[in-house]
Amino acid sequence: MPPLARRNLFHDKVRLTVTLTGIVFSVVLIVVQLGLFLGFTTATSNLIDHSNADLWVTSKNVPYVEQGVPFSERKLNQVRAVPGVGDAQKLISRWTQWKRHDGGQDSVQIVGINVDDPMERPWNVVEGNVAALKFPDAVILDELYKQKLGVTSVGEVFEIGGHRARVVGFTRGIRSFTTSPYVFTTFKNAQDFANIPEDQTMFILVKLAPGANLEQVRHELLEHVKDVEVRTTSEFSRMTTFYWMFTTGAGVAVLIAAVLGLVVGFVVVAQTIYATTVDHIREFGTLKAMGAPNSYVYKVIMNQAAISAVIGYTLGMIVSVFVVHGSQKGGAAILMPPSMAAGMFFLTLLMCVGAALVSINKVTRIDPAMVFKG
Amino acid sequence: MGKMQSAIAVRQLTKKYDEGATGTLALRGVDLDVHPGELLLLMGPSGSGKTTLLSIMGCILTATSGSVRVAGREVVGLSEKQLPALRLENIGFVFQGFNLFPTLSAGENVELMLDLKGISKARAKKRAQELLDQVGLGEKYDSFPADLSGGQKQRVAIARALAGDPGIILADEPTAALDSHTGRTVMEMMSELAHKRGRAVVIVTHDSRVLSYGDRIITIEDGAISDKNEADVIPPSLLSHQLVHAVPGLA
Repeated sequence: MPPLARRNLFHDKVRLTVTLTGIVFSVVLIVVQLGLFLGFTTATSNLIDHSNADLWVTSKNVPYVEQGVPFSERKLNQVRAVPGVGDAQKLISRWTQWKRHDGGQDSVQIVGINVDDPMERPWNVVEGNVAALKFPDAVILDELYKQKLGVTSVGEVFEIGGHRARVVGFTRGIRSFTTSPYVFTTFKNAQDFANIPEDQTMFILVKLAPGANLEQVRHELLEHVKDVEVRTTSEFSRMTTFYWMFTTGAGVAVLIAAVLGLVVGFVVVAQTIYATTVDHIREFGTLKAMGAPNSYVYKVIMNQAAISAVIGYTLGMIVSVFVVHGSQKGGAAILMPPSMAAGMFFLTLLMCVGAALVSINKVTRIDPAMVFKG
Repeated sequence: MGKMQSAIAVRQLTKKYDEGATGTLALRGVDLDVHPGELLLLMGPSGSGKTTLLSIMGCILTATSGSVRVAGREVVGLSEKQLPALRLENIGFVFQGFNLFPTLSAGENVELMLDLKGISKARAKKRAQELLDQVGLGEKYDSFPADLSGGQKQRVAIARALAGDPGIILADEPTAALDSHTGRTVMEMMSELAHKRGRAVVIVTHDSRVLSYGDRIITIEDGAISDKNEADVIPPSLLSHQLVHAVPGLA
């Protein structure tokens, strides 16, 4: 086929620019909003997803990880006694106050762990090491929050919940969905920082013994340990994400913005391709008069849409990569996994081809006899 | 001599447009035969129905009643999906406004027709070059319509019409937008298509300068052929043309 679609598209540079701007805007908006959604989703369940545990034991009616309620530490032994439990450790996750050098205070989320256990250790440690948490009053936090918490380097001393705390390391990329950064410390320190009685814990993390059946162990735990709930890690992760993304409405707002991006892109592309089609309507009439079946004309319009999609997607992704890269140092990470980038291509193609259907409807109704009119 | 097979045979053709309360009768009981090797001029005042007749003979418009046979096939009653294939196979169009694709070069305009016929790109390119050579525009293959004169555009349009190798050429005011010299060149080309290459050529025209090229001149007034006898006559020039081809010794 002679390059009619490409020539028609590139013939009017202004219109092409408007079309591509619409697609690029749409691609970037969708990537940013979906990326934010993914980033938020990941942040909400960061602690749970990186816990390396199989089951979470919580108090009754704990809907998400930040809403944990302290319960007796003695349940740890009951949990360990259940067949199929390979390892069980206490965990504290609770909001408390961080006092900066300038006297100002910020809310932080204390995460109290057993440093010697592989479950729920801080990950991506870029300065210091996890073992340093064994030093008295030691804490590790993410470098993203240095400025917020007034921290400049390892070794600095602050006050958490009225107790002395010393920074012994930094992680990278452990974001909190809330405005309260995670601060990792030992279980004992966490009890002090978060003002939790000595015989209380907030969660018990369970690692199954090799070969143990997850559902069976869960059932046994519920039977032998009273007044607790037992969630699988994925279940608790989903519950926490669902709470933050949908119960609070935060995720819905982001998703709506992504859909808006799609709608805006669709309308702009549909409008410009339609205008291009109307501009060339006499040519399409001539094509039909010459004997071209409707399918041939559709192919020309679809080619126009596909070319627009490929160029718009490429430009949009270039912009998106810069935006995503820039967000890595900010409080809200925009994530763009390869699957999302690939999915965006098909979404862009679908958007452009869908938009072209409006024009196809117009072309279908062309009367080829128009070629004899003036 | 036996009866000649018509390229187009029109019988009792009527066309009514559904406009206004009663509709408009554009054609009423038209009978007409167009023969291979004939150049027929359709004339008449504006609104007389000649373009409607051309559109129906070109399978672009459907008739209200009557019969239209194109290349021996009855057209009336065919679906809108069947008509494009019939046009592609049998009819080449030449328009008053040239109707070239402005974003395609002269060669690509001709190639487009060949592409519609399903001819491969390499063969289409070669054939398009041959056709442009035939109309004297071989060196203008890569020129865009905007860079061509009116006469050159019409010659490209003729090359495009010929690309499908149709038996019938229908032209709507092909000289209207051209000066007299260029108009003559185009009409000579049309005449050659009819008389030397055996195409049935129908030209709708208001241009009195082209009258001398017609084997027959049919005048339409108020949707009917004004001189019934003219419509059925095989012109003497065509008879002699047929005779020459029928008797090899005469040629």
